[in-house]
Amino acid sequence: MRGAAGRRLSVLVHKELIHTLRNPRLRMMIVMAPLFQLMLFGYAVSTDVRHAPVLLVDHDRTQASRQLAEALTGSGYFRIVERSDRASDLVAALDRGRVLMGVEIPAGYARDRARGTGATVQLLFDGTNSNMATVARGYAERIFARYAVKALPSPVTGGIDLRERAWYNPDLLSRNYNVPGVLATITFMICLVLTSLAVVRERELGTLEQLMVSPLRPGELIAGKTIPFMLIAFGDLVLVTVLALVWFRVPLRGSALLLFGASVPYLLSAVALGLLISTVSATQRESYLTTFLLFMPTMLLSGFMFPVSSMPAFFRWITLANPLRHYLEIVRAVFLKGAGLSDLWPQCLALVLIGTAVLALAATRFHKTVR
Amino acid sequence: MAFLLPAIMLLLFGYAITWDLRDIPTVVYDQDLSARSRGLCDALRASGYFTLVASLPGTREIAPWLERGRASLALVIPPDFAENLDAGRAAPLQAIVDGSDANTATIALAYAQAIVTSYAARSAPPGQTLAPPLRVESRIWYNEELVSRNMIVPGLVAVIMMIIAAMLASLTISREWEGGTMEQLIATPVTRTEIVIGKMLPYVAIGLVDVAVASLLGVTVFRVPFRGSVPLLGILSLAFLVGSLGLGLMISAGSRTQLMAMQLSMMTTYLPAYLLSGFMFATELMPRVLRLVTHLIPARYFIVVTRGIFLKGVGADVLCLQGLAMIAYAVLGITLAIRAFRKELG
Repeated sequence: MRGAAGRRLSVLVHKELIHTLRNPRLRMMIVMAPLFQLMLFGYAVSTDVRHAPVLLVDHDRTQASRQLAEALTGSGYFRIVERSDRASDLVAALDRGRVLMGVEIPAGYARDRARGTGATVQLLFDGTNSNMATVARGYAERIFARYAVKALPSPVTGGIDLRERAWYNPDLLSRNYNVPGVLATITFMICLVLTSLAVVRERELGTLEQLMVSPLRPGELIAGKTIPFMLIAFGDLVLVTVLALVWFRVPLRGSALLLFGASVPYLLSAVALGLLISTVSATQRESYLTTFLLFMPTMLLSGFMFPVSSMPAFFRWITLANPLRHYLEIVRAVFLKGAGLSDLWPQCLALVLIGTAVLALAATRFHKTVR
Repeated sequence: MAFLLPAIMLLLFGYAITWDLRDIPTVVYDQDLSARSRGLCDALRASGYFTLVASLPGTREIAPWLERGRASLALVIPPDFAENLDAGRAAPLQAIVDGSDANTATIALAYAQAIVTSYAARSAPPGQTLAPPLRVESRIWYNEELVSRNMIVPGLVAVIMMIIAAMLASLTISREWEGGTMEQLIATPVTRTEIVIGKMLPYVAIGLVDVAVASLLGVTVFRVPFRGSVPLLGILSLAFLVGSLGLGLMISAGSRTQLMAMQLSMMTTYLPAYLLSGFMFATELMPRVLRLVTHLIPARYFIVVTRGIFLKGVGADVLCLQGLAMIAYAVLGITLAIRAFRKELG
């Protein structure tokens, strides 16, 4: 009896895999979407301020002021793209967004510097991109502070010397944070889309009734409609992981076994959500739209791009029900921090709970809609 | 759909999502336990940027806190901190940051540095003024408080329109195919141009209403400054809408099913509008090849326009380049839509 059930299930899984992989558009999505997203998040999406364009207004024009400018460009964080004598040019350059920062060195800078009586430099930032301006200001102020300590004849010796160290990502590359995140978003999307489309397609074609009258039990039908997509998503998971390691050279410090193990309840919750979508959509178009409406807030409230800790308390609570949030924490901790199960068991537990709950809900609704 | 999606997006982006860091969870290992070290901790706490979540008994305890992500910053105050500070010697202080989120880490360090510097200046021993040899005065323009909401809401106006326009328009012609009404439409004496324009106009109206509502909500509810001219925003929005709708109609004319039209329009508009338009990630910082690619994305120009008008209050003289790009895009959009449509008729 168990043998027959196993055989029925394997036939269904096989059929579903063939259906999906034969469809050129779905095939494209399974292979190209992860590559596309990896490229975007590996190259385009970066919050690292490097070579930010700067306009320099040097009223002093001495060797001292040139040294100061060199300290700025030598850091690699800024490049001087324009020079001018008039402060009014700064307004135009910032208005038009040609530069991110303006540096104004007042006349008499070299004199003040030599006397040690507090030479002043003015920095002007375009705050429209608040994030970039914050980061750039931090860099610029620290570069000048360090320059002052190193190169200026300083009568002052006191103060606090803050020595910074960044653990887990010493060069502070945002790529190391974003690329593992793609692992989570892409598999989530693929599970969601494939599962919901597969069920709704059968309903549209009227073949769902045929499946109903076949000797398949409801549980087997659900398993047959979810397992193949978990397998496909798993394939993508491996693909993205390998590319992240080989191409983008993101360090994997923890255990790959834990990473893949934690993916099982995560993918389960994703396919269960897909199944849930299929129960509320009559057509493929509707299911696609629902997927989209669900995917957007899930992604925004996951910490993928915006830190959860900065959200208001109410939204922070909501994120607790978001499988993407927990999985992202696991993925990033395993990749960058080398964390083990002893650190990550709360997230794993949350995933198991969410996965079971959504699956139970989807299964109940699924039974109702097919009856 | 045309109004639900913008509402959800505005709500999420306006309320839930921010890059502004507050209450960065911080742990302290204070080996000094002096009035000075406590003063420093108070200064950190008072800034609002840091919350001290624990006081640790040793360096070994730091790792678990950072590893589990329960703290982002660890401060180690050495035993002779107060002594050094009072003697006018440079007092070393160690800050360990969880670097996995590079952006948060960089900003946290910058805040910490600023607070520590100002604390050092305040607590200089009597008789010694800690005037730094080089004073740096930073000023921020356009978004003086560096609120990420002010950056996101004007950009969102552009992103919403792009997505709505492409998605709605992509459905309209394929719907006629699916519904079987296309033959009727072809049999009527209206020309292709008239059909395309006729299909476009209602969505132009919807889109303009969306812009107005989103802008109004942004200014009243989210308190985003509006410093520029309303008519200019209206005119440029119109150009942008026509272009995006044209793109959507072209996709629609080329696809026989609504499903396919939707998938295509989503792929060509959604991700690029988000990621390559400068909405969240500055195009200036992208590698050269990608920076060139961003020039093909119309939302990129429109975001410069909305931010320019909302925050910078600049006029047509500054935005003329973006304006031209968008008018060209509108002309291209309409032409492509008409051409694509004609193929199907023939």
